[in-house]
Amino acid sequence: MATYKLRTPISEEDIRKLRVNDVIYISGTMFTARDQAHRRALELYKEGKSPPLEMEGLAVFHCGPIVRKENDRWIIVAAGPTTSTRMELFEDEFIKNFKVRVVIGKGGMGKKTTEAMKQYGAVYGAFTGGAAVLAAKAVKNVKSVEWFDLGMPEAMWILEVENFGPLTVAIDAHGNNLFEVVQRKVEESKQKIYQKLGV
Amino acid sequence: MCLKIETVVENVGVKLLQLAVIKLPQDVKEALQQAYHEEESEAGKTQLQAILKNIDLAEKTSTPICQDTGVIIFYIKAGAQAKNLDKIEKALQKATIRATKEVPLRPNAVNPFTQKNSGDNTGRYIPFIHWQIVPGNTIEITVLPKGGGSENVCILGMISPGEGVRGLKKFVVDAVMKAGAKPCPPNILGVAVGGGADIAMKLAKATLLRPLNKPNPDPELGKLEKELYEAANMTGIGPMGLGGKFTVLGVNVDYAHRHPASYPVAVAFQCWAARRASARIHPNGTVEYLTHKVV
Repeated sequence: MATYKLRTPISEEDIRKLRVNDVIYISGTMFTARDQAHRRALELYKEGKSPPLEMEGLAVFHCGPIVRKENDRWIIVAAGPTTSTRMELFEDEFIKNFKVRVVIGKGGMGKKTTEAMKQYGAVYGAFTGGAAVLAAKAVKNVKSVEWFDLGMPEAMWILEVENFGPLTVAIDAHGNNLFEVVQRKVEESKQKIYQKLGV
Repeated sequence: MCLKIETVVENVGVKLLQLAVIKLPQDVKEALQQAYHEEESEAGKTQLQAILKNIDLAEKTSTPICQDTGVIIFYIKAGAQAKNLDKIEKALQKATIRATKEVPLRPNAVNPFTQKNSGDNTGRYIPFIHWQIVPGNTIEITVLPKGGGSENVCILGMISPGEGVRGLKKFVVDAVMKAGAKPCPPNILGVAVGGGADIAMKLAKATLLRPLNKPNPDPELGKLEKELYEAANMTGIGPMGLGGKFTVLGVNVDYAHRHPASYPVAVAFQCWAARRASARIHPNGTVEYLTHKVV
């Protein structure tokens, strides 16, 4: 287990060095995207249009933040991760088309995403669910907001961050998925639990 | 009484929402601290440490603990002799709109057909209010801001009555294993059996309001809670699903009598940010806060 500090844009080479259980901190540019923003970005791509941000080498954060406007400036109040599995529908295409290098969220992702990360060079960084104030502290500036018509949580918030983390690498670019390992152990303990409960 | 009841209720509603989303009740904090001390997995301990650090930062900066400040649910115990009960619903809607701006809360009320977010946490049936008429002349209001991550794994099973309590136990641990990392463990589980589909789920969610350090008044149910707690923690899912000893902080069980042909079992998941706040309003307008110290 090693700790890495990465700055965006992150290269595929740097991503391939990471292994599950490593801890990473990110500085530079990241953006939030939940279900609706993923869907819209992919629809635009299909129509041959570009989303409002060049995403290559950046980190996408599964997050619907609480944001406050002060003197015409957006301030991130709280910004913990949301459940990533909802984005499993879109993430493989998203990684393939936009070359994001880090996907940040909670709860892990499935086989399609793990496969895309292996193929195109990306990792999944698990951030503590609910630790919204810790996350907000690492956000130095809101660069802009796109697609605000989707509502505050679903809009795409483009953020400047400094040492955003700790993120546990839970899916690496070599096909390893920490959540699957835990899930397998859970399966293995099932019979023992049933036995204890007498069911 | 100088202030009108609706003004008092509105102010109390705003205060309760603010207290709930910024500061966890003492029993939840203590359970998380204990979990941190007893957790053996490295990854699990890192998660619990981040959680404790986050709780502390939230209190110090008066910021919501989690960005998902939930769908707003109120539980009201209305004294039968209390006046102006018809004004309460409107007052709590106003409180929700104000708290959304003032705290602030994340706007979390979306029309399921148009996908439009109302922007102020109100909408059709939302905030939802559960009413209970009780003897007396006070009004007790509890707010439960319920996060979406843990809500998405809540589950109802209409199991076969022949399977009975054994079926119930299996259903609960299966739910925990299936939920895995999704509900932001360590969780609190509200489990209820009987009544009917709606009644079981309503009771399961309401039992999340019982503090972790308050034993079940029924010792038999207390035993069942302990058994389910130990079984859930044998799964090894651990804090945030990264592996460890603490998958749940507690299990609360309630029940209703059932139809001979039905055995509804409901499991309501609550995330580690188990937020709730209560206050009692007296006829003269004085307010007692029951879950938090208010100076």
